[in-house]
Amino acid sequence: MKETPLSNCERRFLLRAIEEKKRLDGRQTYDYRNIRISFGTDYGCCVVELGKTRVLGQVSCELVSPKLNRATEGILFFNLELSQMAAPAFEPGRQSDLLVKLNRLLERCLRNSKCIDTESLCVVAGEKVWQIRVDLHLLNHDGNIIDAASIAAIVALCHFRRPDVSVQGDEITLYTPEERDPVPLSIHHMPICVSFAFFQQGTYLLVDPNEREERVMDGLLVIAMNKHREICTIQSSGGIMLLKDQVLRCSKIAGVKVAEITELILKALENDQKVRKEGGKFGFAESIANQRITAFKMEKAPIDTSDVEEKAEEIIAEAEPPSEVVSTPVLWTPGTAQIGEGVENSWGDLEDSEKEDDEGGGDEAIILDSIKMDTGVEVSDIGSQEQKSYKELGTRLAEKTEGDAPIILSDSEEEEMIILEPDKNPKKIRTQTTSAKQEKAPSKKPVKRRKKKRAAN
Amino acid sequence: MAEPVSVAAEYLAGSRARAARTVLGQVVLPGEELLLPEQEDAEGPGGAGERPLSLNAGARSRVRVVCGPGLRRCGDRLLVTKCGRLRHKEPGSGCGGGVYWVDSQQKRYVPVKGDHVIGIVTAKSGDIFKVDVGGSEPASLSYLSFEGATKRNRPNVQVGDLIYGQFVVANKDMEPEMVCIDSCGRANGMGVIGQDGLLFKVTLGLIRKLLAPDCEIIQEVGKLYPLEIVFGMNGRIWVKAKTIQQTLILANILEACEHMTSDQRKQIFSRLAES
Repeated sequence: MKETPLSNCERRFLLRAIEEKKRLDGRQTYDYRNIRISFGTDYGCCVVELGKTRVLGQVSCELVSPKLNRATEGILFFNLELSQMAAPAFEPGRQSDLLVKLNRLLERCLRNSKCIDTESLCVVAGEKVWQIRVDLHLLNHDGNIIDAASIAAIVALCHFRRPDVSVQGDEITLYTPEERDPVPLSIHHMPICVSFAFFQQGTYLLVDPNEREERVMDGLLVIAMNKHREICTIQSSGGIMLLKDQVLRCSKIAGVKVAEITELILKALENDQKVRKEGGKFGFAESIANQRITAFKMEKAPIDTSDVEEKAEEIIAEAEPPSEVVSTPVLWTPGTAQIGEGVENSWGDLEDSEKEDDEGGGDEAIILDSIKMDTGVEVSDIGSQEQKSYKELGTRLAEKTEGDAPIILSDSEEEEMIILEPDKNPKKIRTQTTSAKQEKAPSKKPVKRRKKKRAAN
Repeated sequence: MAEPVSVAAEYLAGSRARAARTVLGQVVLPGEELLLPEQEDAEGPGGAGERPLSLNAGARSRVRVVCGPGLRRCGDRLLVTKCGRLRHKEPGSGCGGGVYWVDSQQKRYVPVKGDHVIGIVTAKSGDIFKVDVGGSEPASLSYLSFEGATKRNRPNVQVGDLIYGQFVVANKDMEPEMVCIDSCGRANGMGVIGQDGLLFKVTLGLIRKLLAPDCEIIQEVGKLYPLEIVFGMNGRIWVKAKTIQQTLILANILEACEHMTSDQRKQIFSRLAES
């Protein structure tokens, strides 16, 4: 089927919204969508969901003879396929350009960065080596295939276990999984791709573009990095002229994002490991919610609902005080305050990112305090048991985290805001809303908590 | 929302068909056969009741029943072709047996004659525009099918514009044809949709729900902000409000309406009205 054409009004609307720093699903400019990682019963099988984009990864291995010029190294083979169920426009034979581009980028990211130790895959030099094959299938296309695919690839590789082999003189023994536990691959680091979409000739930048945002973008910059801040691959497509400082800025943002995603991946792997060891049930069937009609569920979209110019005073009068009290903030000067001690910010002129964790599963009371920079008026909203969450654009986001496994992740960074000194444990940032309100009305410190009523999982 | 289908399951194994009247409002599955009211009487205990003797013994009084979407005439019974709930509407005036149809849910649109849809102009070739309506083929729209259009006075339509029109020809054998004019020659709201605003896609069931008379959602939405909305039966909605933020809020509300109960919806609207 041909792709649905993008109408002029949609294009115009999207570009105007991006100019006003608004995205269709209510994310901030540097926010990722929720990432969910689930594992299958076999080792090496995983499904990664980045918002609605879904990629299935499967790793398998085989003993083969090595390449002639690399007799002591194993062979890696990567393959990404765009399934026809991913988008109506994907037809066999019709997707070659996009497919080649994605495959090439994935190969460069994973093979050239030497994230897997190929020497360790050698069994008998010159005769038998392991061939590791990574198959990725795109199941649903909602933008940013490359990020989801790179996460799926590295997660599947980390999860995979190959059969154990022992060499004694001339004898090689290949053990079945029943005889000896299979052995994980030797992975040095985890390169993850981060995509940046540029609009209006490089003026505006978005991280993790949606499918519609991808249609109107001018160019795309993909940076593959690992958590040690080493760049593995960098690719700019679309023919836009990028300035040096833009690329540097993107690499800094990528560093932050990759650190978070890597932590998420490690937690997911650890959880799966724990479940398998304890003998619990694992696999895709377990990660699907039972006794619930999931067709009637929708991801919450945080949308700013306040018209600050009108009715701000009424809302302040009606606001309830929050239920939690933390240490009082220290007011340095009018307009600047600090909560808690923190380490020195090593990013320099770049703001912190604060993570939020939605996997707690409990219902938290929301108190929403958002402060608009221009008007300096404080607007707060009353929280209640709701499914939707509301977020004021242009303010920071902080949330108390609970639970052990943050499977879902998103954060926000805003350039205009003053850097808030982070807590010692950056994941558990709590902000005090009452004293913030009492102390200063036109404060520049953003204070907000987002409520999520999670019906998922 | 899903009702237990155990009742239906018993009948599915090739046993006798059920009366349509008894199944109203319940979930029916494709392949089931339904009996119309007149046929029930005929198959009931024969001759037990008193019937006036008719001169023409062979003919039975026929009730005219309209077979709606999801149903098909099969012999003299109705065959269900889509899964969903069976609905019935009494005829407005006297004669006829009313309409039976199945309320089903889907996202893929199939052009139907008389439907008002939102299309995107993909090509201009000579005298006609090719308009994508979400079906298997683009519909054709002649430039003369606009109000006040003549050979000299052509409408101002560019590629990529949004068009609101209705189908005059829509069957499975030909490419669909649409017009932006009604039978009297007036536009009646159809034509090119304005420049700003946001177009988004929802399921077909939600559109039908929103277009039902006295839809609460639309009334509540109208109280929030001044806005313009166009609903296309092909699942496309075009919204426009004063600011981008309001347009985004509306789009998200309408998309989420499908998954919310009416209580949750009322809560959301009350919160929005406060802020």
